Amino acid sequence: MRFLLDDEQRDFARSLDGMLTAADTPAAARAWAAGEHAPGLALRQRLGAAGVFALAAPEAYEGVGPLPVETAVAFVELGRHAVPGPLVETVATVALLSRLAELGTAEPAKRSLPALVGGGASASLTLPGTGPYALDADASAVLLAAGDGEIRLAPGHAEPRVSLDPARRLARLLPGGEVLAAGEAAADAAGRALDWAALATAAQCLGVGYALLDRTVAYVRGRTQFGVPVGSFQAVKHRLADVLVGLEFARPLVFGAAVSLRDGDRAAARVDLAAAKVATGEAAYGAARAALQLHGALGYTAEYDLSLWLLKARALRGAWGGVGWWRERVVTGG
Amino acid sequence: MDLGFSAAQEEFRQRARTWLAAHVPSRPLPSLETEEGFAAHRAWEGELAADRWSVVSWPEEYGGRGVGIVEWLVFEEEYYAAGAPGRVSQNGISLLAPTLFDFGTPEQRARVLPPMARGEVIWAQAWSEPEAGSDLASLRSTARRVSGGWVLNGQKTWSSRAAFADRAFGMFRSDADADRPHRGLTYLMFPLDAPGVTVRPIGRVDGKPAFAELFLDDVFVPDEDVIGEPGQGWRIAMATTGEERGLTLRSPGRFLATADRLLREWRAHGDPADTALRDRVADAVVGARAYQLFTWANASRFRAGEQIGAGSSLNKVFWSEYDIRVHEAALDLLGAEGELRPSAPGPSTPAPGSPAPASPPPASSAPAPPTSSTSPTDWAEGYVFALAGPIYAGTNEIQRDIIAERLLGLPKGRR
Repeated sequence: MRFLLDDEQRDFARSLDGMLTAADTPAAARAWAAGEHAPGLALRQRLGAAGVFALAAPEAYEGVGPLPVETAVAFVELGRHAVPGPLVETVATVALLSRLAELGTAEPAKRSLPALVGGGASASLTLPGTGPYALDADASAVLLAAGDGEIRLAPGHAEPRVSLDPARRLARLLPGGEVLAAGEAAADAAGRALDWAALATAAQCLGVGYALLDRTVAYVRGRTQFGVPVGSFQAVKHRLADVLVGLEFARPLVFGAAVSLRDGDRAAARVDLAAAKVATGEAAYGAARAALQLHGALGYTAEYDLSLWLLKARALRGAWGGVGWWRERVVTGG
Repeated sequence: MDLGFSAAQEEFRQRARTWLAAHVPSRPLPSLETEEGFAAHRAWEGELAADRWSVVSWPEEYGGRGVGIVEWLVFEEEYYAAGAPGRVSQNGISLLAPTLFDFGTPEQRARVLPPMARGEVIWAQAWSEPEAGSDLASLRSTARRVSGGWVLNGQKTWSSRAAFADRAFGMFRSDADADRPHRGLTYLMFPLDAPGVTVRPIGRVDGKPAFAELFLDDVFVPDEDVIGEPGQGWRIAMATTGEERGLTLRSPGRFLATADRLLREWRAHGDPADTALRDRVADAVVGARAYQLFTWANASRFRAGEQIGAGSSLNKVFWSEYDIRVHEAALDLLGAEGELRPSAPGPSTPAPGSPAPASPPPASSAPAPPTSSTSPTDWAEGYVFALAGPIYAGTNEIQRDIIAERLLGLPKGRR
C-alpha cells in the first residue's frame, strides 16, 4: 500500500507541464476554436512524442501500456493547460482497438494504432449511452461509431457544430462503413473505450479545476478593493477553500480508478471510474463558478484566458455521460 | 501507486474480522450519550481490550498490538463494517494518548494509558470555555502554582463525554503576564470527582447529555499530571488538535460502512424514479470512497515521513459535512420513519462528579449480520451526532481560514 505517485510519474507530470507552459496552449485553443488546427496538431505531435498516446497501447502496437495511472497524470496536465483537440477520444480509440486486437481482431489495430500512438493522427468516436456527437471529427483520421451491437468505421461526419466550449467542435458520424466487430466483442471493446474515456476525462476535469483555482487565487491576491486584497475577505477565502476541498477529494478517486483499471479489477474500476467522473465533474464546475464570481466581470470576457477553462469545465461535466448517468452507475454498482 | 496489502496485512484484516464476527453485540448498544449506554460502551471497551483490539496502534506494553497506520485503517474498516459500537473512549484514545506519546513522561504513559485502553478510565476533553471556543488563546481558567502542584479555578464548557466520564484534560492560564495570549498556558489532567469539581451535564439538541459544563473551584492537581513543560500548553495542544482533525478522529471505515448501509436502504426501499435522491445516495458512496482514498494517500505520505500539517483541515471540513449529508439522505429516504427517535429523550443526570457505574458486558456475543445495527432510529441518532461535526474540533469557518491562508496562500484578514 503506497497510494502516492512515484518520482518517475511526478517527473512525467513536470516535464509535460514545462512543455505545455512553453507552448502557449491558450493561443492554440483559440486558434482551434477558430478552425485553425495547425497549432493544435503540432501540440498533438509533441504529446505523441512525449508518449502520451502510447500509454493506452500495448507494446505490440508501439505502445508502452496499458498504463492508466500515467495516463491520468498526463491528462491532468492537458486539462491544466486547456490543450484542444480529440485527446481523450484518441486515447479511448487506442484502448478500443487494442482490446479488439486482444479479442482476435487485430487488423484495425495494425492499420491505425501506429499513427495514433505516435501523435501523427487523431481519432474520435461515439459510444452507446454517452451522446450522439463525436468531438473534433473534422480533425480526426479515424472515426469509430459503437452502438447497435457493433463497432464500425464511420465513413465521415456531418457538419461540425460549435460546443458551449468554443474549442470543442461536435459532429454526428455518418451511417454505414466497415464493421470492425459485433456482438460480445463489440460490447467488450466499447466498454473498454468508455473506461479510458472516463478516466482521461476525469483527469482532464481535475486539471481544468486546478487551473481555475490557481488563476483565481493569483487574481484575488493581487486585486484590491476597499484598500485590501480581495483575497483577504473571508467570503472569498471560504469559497476558494471549498473549491480546494472539492478538488483534493476528487483527485484520489481519479488515481484510485486508474489503479483499479491497471490491476485488472474491472468491477472495482467501473464504480471507481463512475465516482471519479462524478466528483471531478462537480469539483471542476464548482471551481469554474467560483472563478467567474471572484474574477468579476473581467472573467466574463472572451478576451481573458479564464474563459478557456470556464466553459471547458461545463462541457466536460456532461461529456461521456452526464453526472446523473454516472451516478446511476454508482448506485447500481457500475 | 499501490492499493494492495501485504500478506501480513491481509492476515491482520482476517484476524480482526474473525474476532469482530464473534464478539460484536448482535443488538445495538443503547446510545452512549445516556448513562445506561455509557456503561454498556465502557464494558464493550473492556471486551475489546481483553483481546488487544481497543488500541491496535499502541505499543504492546500499553495494551496495543504495535501495528502501523495501515493496519489501524484496516482495523477501522473491519470494525465499522461489522457494525461494532461507537467508541466511548475516543477522546482519550485520539486526543490525549497521542499527546502523551509525544509529550508525556514514561510514568504518565504507564499510569494513564493502560486503564484508558481497558475503558476503566474514560476521558473527557476540557478545551472550550464560555468565552473561548475556536479561539482557544482567549482561555481564562487559571492554574496557580502551589507546593507540589497547581490549583485550578474557572469554568469549562461543551466538554464532550464529561457527563459520565472519569477524568478530563485541558489547558489553563498559568501565566497571566505572558506577552502573547497563547503563551502562558499549561496543559494538565484532572479527575472529574476531585474536590472542587462540579459537573453539570448539558443536553444536546435531542436532550441527551453528550457534554457538560465543568466548574472548578480550587481544584488541586499534582505536578505529575502536568503534560509537558508548564507554559507550553498551546504548542502541545496544537499538536493534539492536529491529530483530532487529521488522520485519527474519523476513520474512513466509519463512513464506508455508513454509505454501504445507505446504499442497501436505497436498493431495498428507494424509489427509482426519485433521481434527486438517487444522486444523493450516489454522492454518499462517492464521498466515502473519496475519503478512504484521500486517507490512504495521507497515510502513504505520513509513512514517507511527510507532515500532514494544514492538510488536516481539508480532512475535517470534508468529513464533517459529509457526515451530515449522508444522514440527511438516509432520513429523506426513510420518510416518516426517519423522524422516529431512538428512545425517550431527556438527560439522566448523575450526581456531580460521580463515576459511571460498572456494567455487565453486552448480553450477547453471537456473530452479528451486517444489517443488525441498522434501524431508522440509528439514522436519527447518527444525524444528531453528525450535526455537531462542523462546530467542534475547530469550527469549519476556522478550518476554511486555515485552508485559504496556509494551503492557498491567501492573505490574512479580519475574521
